[in-house]
Amino acid sequence: MQSSETNTAQSEPSRLKAYLKNHMREYGLLFALIAIMAFFQIVTAGTLMRPVNITNLFLQNSYIIIMALGMLIVIVSGNIDLSVGSVMGFVGAFAAVMVVHWGMPVWITFIAALVMGGLIGAAQGYWVAYWKIPSFIVTLAGMLVFRGASLWLLEGQSVGPFPKSFQIISTGFVPDILPRGVTTELAGLFGARNFNVLAMAVGLAAVLIVIWLGLRARARDKAFGIDGEPANFFWARNVIVLGALLFLTFKLATFRGLPNVLLTMGVLIVIYAFFTQNTVVGRRIYALGGNAKAAKLSGIKTERLTFLAFVNMGVLAALAGLIFAARLNTATPKAGFGLELDVIAAVFIGGASMSGGSGKIVGAVVGAFIMGVMNNGMSIMGIGIDYQQMIKGLVLLAAVVFDVYNKQKQG
Amino acid sequence: MRSAWGQQTGPDRATDAQVGPDLGISDMTTLLEMRDITKEFPGVKALDRVTLSVEQGEIHAICGENGAGKSTLMKVLSGVYPAGSYDGEIHYEGALAEFKSLSDSEARGIVIIHQELALVPQLSIAENIFLGNERATGGVIQWQETFRRTEALLAKVGLRDAPGTMVDSIGVGKQQLVEIAKALSKDVKLLILDEPTAALQENDSRKLLDLMLELKAQGVTCIIISHKLGEVRYVADTVTVIRDGATVSRLPAKGLEEDHIVRDMVGRDMTHRFPDRPRRAGEVLMEIENWNVWHPEHAERQVIHDIGFNVRAGEVVGIAGLMGSGRTELAMSIFGQSWGRNISGVARLHGKPVDLSRVDRAIAAGLAYVTEDRKSLGLILDETIRFNTTLANLEAVSTRGVLSEGQETEVAERYRKALATRTPSVMQQVGNLSGGNQQKVVLAKWLFAGPEVLILDEPTRGIDVGAKYEIYSIINDLSAQGKGVVMISSEMPELLGMCDRIYVMNEGAFVGELAAQDASQERIMSLIVNE
Repeated sequence: MQSSETNTAQSEPSRLKAYLKNHMREYGLLFALIAIMAFFQIVTAGTLMRPVNITNLFLQNSYIIIMALGMLIVIVSGNIDLSVGSVMGFVGAFAAVMVVHWGMPVWITFIAALVMGGLIGAAQGYWVAYWKIPSFIVTLAGMLVFRGASLWLLEGQSVGPFPKSFQIISTGFVPDILPRGVTTELAGLFGARNFNVLAMAVGLAAVLIVIWLGLRARARDKAFGIDGEPANFFWARNVIVLGALLFLTFKLATFRGLPNVLLTMGVLIVIYAFFTQNTVVGRRIYALGGNAKAAKLSGIKTERLTFLAFVNMGVLAALAGLIFAARLNTATPKAGFGLELDVIAAVFIGGASMSGGSGKIVGAVVGAFIMGVMNNGMSIMGIGIDYQQMIKGLVLLAAVVFDVYNKQKQG
Repeated sequence: MRSAWGQQTGPDRATDAQVGPDLGISDMTTLLEMRDITKEFPGVKALDRVTLSVEQGEIHAICGENGAGKSTLMKVLSGVYPAGSYDGEIHYEGALAEFKSLSDSEARGIVIIHQELALVPQLSIAENIFLGNERATGGVIQWQETFRRTEALLAKVGLRDAPGTMVDSIGVGKQQLVEIAKALSKDVKLLILDEPTAALQENDSRKLLDLMLELKAQGVTCIIISHKLGEVRYVADTVTVIRDGATVSRLPAKGLEEDHIVRDMVGRDMTHRFPDRPRRAGEVLMEIENWNVWHPEHAERQVIHDIGFNVRAGEVVGIAGLMGSGRTELAMSIFGQSWGRNISGVARLHGKPVDLSRVDRAIAAGLAYVTEDRKSLGLILDETIRFNTTLANLEAVSTRGVLSEGQETEVAERYRKALATRTPSVMQQVGNLSGGNQQKVVLAKWLFAGPEVLILDEPTRGIDVGAKYEIYSIINDLSAQGKGVVMISSEMPELLGMCDRIYVMNEGAFVGELAAQDASQERIMSLIVNE
C-alpha cells in the first residue's frame, strides 16, 4: 500500500482520532487496568484499596513482575521460556538447602542463588542461541528437568524456616527517614495509625520525574517535527496515571511504608525500561526479534544476544525464587508450579507479539498487574479457583484478540 | 496533472471511444470495465477515479511507478477490498459485479498471480495446483485423477516435471508456471499477473511471455503489471498507465515508444536513463584474491572458484552473470562470511589484509552490503525509518551504550533529505513504504555506517523508473566521494550504463573482465555462453 507516501494535511480532530487509533493498545491497556481496579474496588466494598491489601498486592505479584521483565526480553528477541516457574522453584529450594541444611550465611546464599540462575539460563540459552534449537523445546525440557531437580534436592519435603535476614527481602519494609514520633503526629492529621514520609516522598519524586521526562521527550519531538502525543492526551494520561500512583503511595504510607520488594521491583522496572528503550543493546534485541537475518547482516551478534537474554532470564527467575521462598518462609517442591504461564500471559496481555520484535516493559508490568488485581479481587470476593482460572484465560484471549483486531483495522 | 498528455483518458470519459480503430480489431467486446474507482485509506487517497477497460481476449498491460496504485487497483478488482469499501463500479462480462471476497472473483474466473508466489513449498506440484480445489470424493483425495489432470495442465504451460515433484525443489521460473497451471485448473477467464518476471532471468521470462501469448490464442484474457517496458511491448495489446492513483493514458501497445510510456509514468521527460558521472578511478581500495567458498549444507559442493577482483576509489565495478551464477553468494561470503563455509582467500583494503570473518568486523573494516532481498534481509519492516537507518551504526548515535533519540532523529532526517525518501516522517513504518523508498532506507543505513566499499546486490530490483534514476544518482555521488562500489545486477543495460569495469561471472567463477567502453550486452552474453 502506498498510503504513507501522500502527506495529507489533516484537521486537528482527525489527527487526534488517528493518534488514538494508532495507540489504542497503550491507552486500552491502561484503562483496562483502571477499570478493573475500579470494578473490584466497588464489588469488594473498598477492600481492594485498603492499605494492607495494596501492600499485599505488591508482595503477591512481585515475583511475577520481576520474571515478566526477563520474559519480555526473551519474547521480544523472538523466543519463549517455559522453564521459569521450575527454575524459580529450584533456585528457592537450592537457597533453602544452603541456608537451612548447610548453614551458609544468607548473603553468600543470595549470590550463589543468582549465579545458579544465570548458569541455568546460560545452559538453556546455549542450545537456543548456538545450536538453533527452538526455545520452546529447550525450555520445555528445562521445565521438566528443574521441576524434578527441586523434588530431588528437597527430597520431597518442605525446607524452612529461614533466618530473619533471609525473610526480609520479601516481608521487610524500608525504614522511614523521620523518627517515629514525628510520623505518628503526621498520621494523626490523616486519621491514620501511621504515616511513612519516605514512601510519600518517593511517590512524589517519581511523579515529578515522570512529568519532567515526559515534557523533555515532547520538547525533543517537537524540535524534530515529529508528531507526538497530542498535548491534551499527554496531560489527561499523566493526571490519571500519576494521580493513581500518588493515591497508591499515600495508601502505602498510611500502612507500613515501602516494602523492600516494591523498592527492588521499582528499581528493576526503571532499569529494564531504560535498558530496552534507550540502550544500544536493548535496541539490538528488538532488531533481532523483528528480523533476525537483517539484524545479523547489520553486524549484530544475534547468537550472543539470544544467549544473554536467557542468562538474564535465569538471574531474574532466581531472584524471584528467593523472594518467593522468603515470603512463604519455606521452600516447597511445588513452588513455582505453573507460574511460567502467568508470566507469559502478563507479557502478552501487555502487548508483546508472539513473533518477536515488539512489546514494552511498561506493558508487561501493567499486564502483570491486571492479572494480579484480578487474582486478588476475585479471591476477596470468594470466587473459587476454578472460575478464576477460566476468567483469567478469557482475559488473556480477549487482550490478544483486541490486539489483532486493532492491527487489522489499521491495515 | 491529468491534462498534460495527448492520448489520455480522463477518468470521467467513456474509454471505449479510443480503443477500436487504433487496434484494428473489430470483433472485440469489453470483458472488464472498472469505472471511476476511488479507494481511500485513512488520510490517503490511494486511487482517485481510476478507469480501466480490458477487451475480451487481449493482453492488457498496466504500467506505473511503484506506489502509483496498481496493486491496490488489482485488490479492488479481485475482491480483496470488498464491494462497498471503494467508490465506483466494476462491470465484468457485461454486468455489474460486486465481489465480496477473493473467492467471489475466482468463481467468476478472475485469478491473480501475485509477485510473491503463493505456493506451499513442502507440497508437490499436483497438491499445490489442486490446493483448496482438491479432486476428492467424500473427502478422500483421488490421486490418480489429480495426477492425470496435473499432467495435462503442466503440458499446457510447457512444464515437463512430474506432478509429484516437491515445489521447493524447482526454481522460481518453474514455480511461476505452476502458479499459472493452478490458475488454468480453475477455468480462468481473466488472468492477472503482478510483475511475473521480476524474479526471473532472461530465458525464463521469455518462456513465460510466450506462454501468455499462447494462452491469449486460447482465449484467455490477461492483465500484466510490469516495470519492464520491453516485455510490455512484446506481449501487450493495450497499455494503461497509472500515476499517483489516477489513470494517465490508455494506449495501443503496437508501435508505442518506450519513452512515451516512461514519460507518462513519471510525469516528466527521461532523456537520460543513467545520470552522468565523471569517471576517474583512484588507488585500489579493495582486493580479493583466490576466493573459494563451499556450500554451507552440501560440504562437497564448491560454489565460488578461485575468484579475484579489485575495486578502486571512485570506481563502480559491475558483476554480470545469470541468476544462480554465484554473485550473491560471492558478495555474502566476502561480507562477514554470512554465506558458505570453508571460505578461503585473501581480502585486502588499502593493500593491507583485513579480517572479514564476521559481519561486525567487515563493517568495521569499511564494507557495506546492500542485499538483493531488502524485505527479508535488509529491513526490519515493523520498525520505523529512524530505527532502520541507525541500525548498523548505533555506536555513532549513543554515548556509553545509551542511545540519543535526538541524534537518531537528526541522522534519519539528514538521510531522508539527502536521498529524497518520500515519507511524511522518519517515524513511518518501513513496511508501509514503496519499494523504491524502502531501498533508500537500506542505502541510508549503509551510508550512515560510513563504508569505503559498498557492495550493491540488485540495487534497483522491483523499483520503478523514476526511483531507479535516483538510486543511480546516489551511486554516482558515492563514487564522486571516492568510495568504491561493486554493483551486482541482472539488468545488463544498467551495468553498461553505470559501471567503469564489468566482471562477468558464470558458475561460480569469473570468466572475463571488460572495460566500460568495450562492453556490450552481446560480449557479456558470449563470455557467459562460451565458458
